[in-house]
Amino acid sequence: MKRRDFLKAAGVAGAALAGGPAEAEQPADPIEFAGVLVDTTRCIGCRSCEKACSEEHDLFVPDIANDNALAAERQTSETQWTIVNRYETSKGEVFVKKQCFHCWQPACAAACLTNAMYKTTNGPVIWRPSKCMGCRFCMVSCPFDIPKFEYHEWNPKIQKCNMCFERLQEGKRPACVQSCPTDALMFGMKRDLMEIARVRIYNHPERYVHKIYGEHEVGGTGWLYLSAVPFEEIGLRTDLGTTPYPEYTRDFLYGVPLVLFGLPALLLGLNLLSGDDDEA
Amino acid sequence: MAIPENLGSEFRRFLGFMASEMRPKGKLLTPFNIISVPIILLGLGILVVRFTKGLGSVTNLSQDFPWGFWIGFDVITGVAFAGGAYIITFVVYVMRKERYHPIVRVTVLNGLLAYIFYAGALTLDLGRPWNIINPIIGNEFGYNSVLFLVSWHFMLYMMAEFVEFSPVVAEWLGWKRVRGFLDSLTLAAVIFGITLSTLHQSGLGALYLMAKPKIHPLWYSEFIPILFLVSSIFAGLSMIIFEGTISHRVFKDQIDPKKHHTFEEIVFGLAKGAAIAMFVYYFFKALIFIHEHHWTLLNDFWGFWYLVEILGFVLVPCFMFAYAVRHRRLGVVRVAAVLTLVGIVLNRLNISVIAFKWDAPIKYYPSWQEIVVTLMVVFAEIWVFRWIVLRMPVMREAHETPTSHSPAIEAPPLRT
Ligand code: SF4
Ligand code: SF4
Repeated sequence: MKRRDFLKAAGVAGAALAGGPAEAEQPADPIEFAGVLVDTTRCIGCRSCEKACSEEHDLFVPDIANDNALAAERQTSETQWTIVNRYETSKGEVFVKKQCFHCWQPACAAACLTNAMYKTTNGPVIWRPSKCMGCRFCMVSCPFDIPKFEYHEWNPKIQKCNMCFERLQEGKRPACVQSCPTDALMFGMKRDLMEIARVRIYNHPERYVHKIYGEHEVGGTGWLYLSAVPFEEIGLRTDLGTTPYPEYTRDFLYGVPLVLFGLPALLLGLNLLSGDDDEA
Repeated sequence: MAIPENLGSEFRRFLGFMASEMRPKGKLLTPFNIISVPIILLGLGILVVRFTKGLGSVTNLSQDFPWGFWIGFDVITGVAFAGGAYIITFVVYVMRKERYHPIVRVTVLNGLLAYIFYAGALTLDLGRPWNIINPIIGNEFGYNSVLFLVSWHFMLYMMAEFVEFSPVVAEWLGWKRVRGFLDSLTLAAVIFGITLSTLHQSGLGALYLMAKPKIHPLWYSEFIPILFLVSSIFAGLSMIIFEGTISHRVFKDQIDPKKHHTFEEIVFGLAKGAAIAMFVYYFFKALIFIHEHHWTLLNDFWGFWYLVEILGFVLVPCFMFAYAVRHRRLGVVRVAAVLTLVGIVLNRLNISVIAFKWDAPIKYYPSWQEIVVTLMVVFAEIWVFRWIVLRMPVMREAHETPTSHSPAIEAPPLRT
């Protein structure tokens, strides 16, 4: 990575105005960080995780017994970091939990100009209120449209799942995982979760599609999904590619120091070369 | 610098001068004032609501459309329109084409104000604007963020443009030696400014690189930054033509009648530049189109809409410019400039709003409050522009300082 090193040096020289991508603070290894394995074949749609999440984070607590929320497909919102949807599929009814995927290389964090969106080395992508200026570039950039904004607050927050960052620091599992009565959710390091997922597919090849969603999607995510039916049928986008999203801006950012140092020299040269006047 | 012997009396002279310059010149009840003042007041009212009740109270922004008209039009389009300043300073100071010197000052002023107002409109859109100091004071630098880069470059560019414009201010204040010093900074400021412009014009496009799955494939390309840069060239040139045509009417007494002919020559030169830049842009577009096999996408509304933009508002005005330059038709140049500007608005709004989440069940369209605030920004900019042009030697020749009470100056309809 000679070119990268050189440009990094150039970037440091140019300090703030050069920008230039400093190495992102993220887990160096694409599988050595915490995540959750969601086995949609085990989910019964009880929505205990929704309730546990909202209670843990002081959000709107849904009345899961009576609100009939499974009737229509929902998205996460500024009042609910996670939701469960029901899908009619080729193999019958399937329930799918949705929340932030905690990408290995998150677009949201690469977008954030204040590092308010931040990938911690142990896995969770967290939002830090004291830094955020509310530009919503993270929302524009997240391929899963996860970050949500409080449009009706004078002091709005970005709301999204933080994988119970505080609980993890206390050595606990995320609230949703803890609350799940059927072990549809399993917390662990991505490396181990991948093993477990593969074993499940191997032991029950007839039960699962032979693919783990999140293994490579958008460069790999912390949250992984197992499914009995193709993932498009359960609302997971399969057209997002396997390139980490920050890669899409990398070329541009690497070009910046070059332009910043090269162009002035070029302009000065042009200026010296051009005659004082053109009476053309 | 100019330190007069008697600082006190000089200071009093300065205060007196400022006081006289602060007074409005000309009539107060002009059509422009009658329209703009209520809109500006209304806009301020809307902003009060916006900052107390949240963005959602006055805008149609949603979780699906986090960026709307204020970003898509005010910032993304406005900055493209302001591209004229870096192009003209390049031509005049770097390439030393003196022919274009007469329009440097007014173009730089326009650019400076456009950045202050349109890029400044960015702050209206921030949910937590007080944290804007984080990336400025270095509390937190998001080096990996394109937006970080763009906003820093905005700020530095405004400073560079202010330095470029500052000799005019010094001249206005009668500070001769200061002016000499500021003049000597111009080339450095110009070179710095052009560099920054290259980066943030393309950077505005790069903002959308990570929105790959959300932008219709006819508009998304990994080359958006280059397309934005090239289109900012003809956007800027067309804006100079358009804006120059208007201000030549409105501020005609500021300009020596002998200079009208020069201005026509300049316009043809600019038109030629625009035609070439548009051709290059068109060529890029065609390459991308062919390389990505985009013809398969043409047979629905979005294909039609794409063709409208690319044929009707790029290719047509490109040919019009070329034709007009060859046959010396000033009128055609003006029409072409307007078409080009419409095309830029279309292109920027397509990427940021219209073809953004083109398949969303509920589309975004701006609320009337968003439009009023945008108009407020535009009108406020024109007010400041007019204030400066009527006082500082922006359009009129340097040094011949007509006193503000000169009877030769009649109030044209637009003046305060
Ligand atoms: S899913 Fe979206 S919000 Fe979550 S880490 Fe990935 S990019 Fe960020
Ligand atoms: S809204 Fe906040 S968290 Fe999101 S990119 Fe902007 S500053 Fe970062």
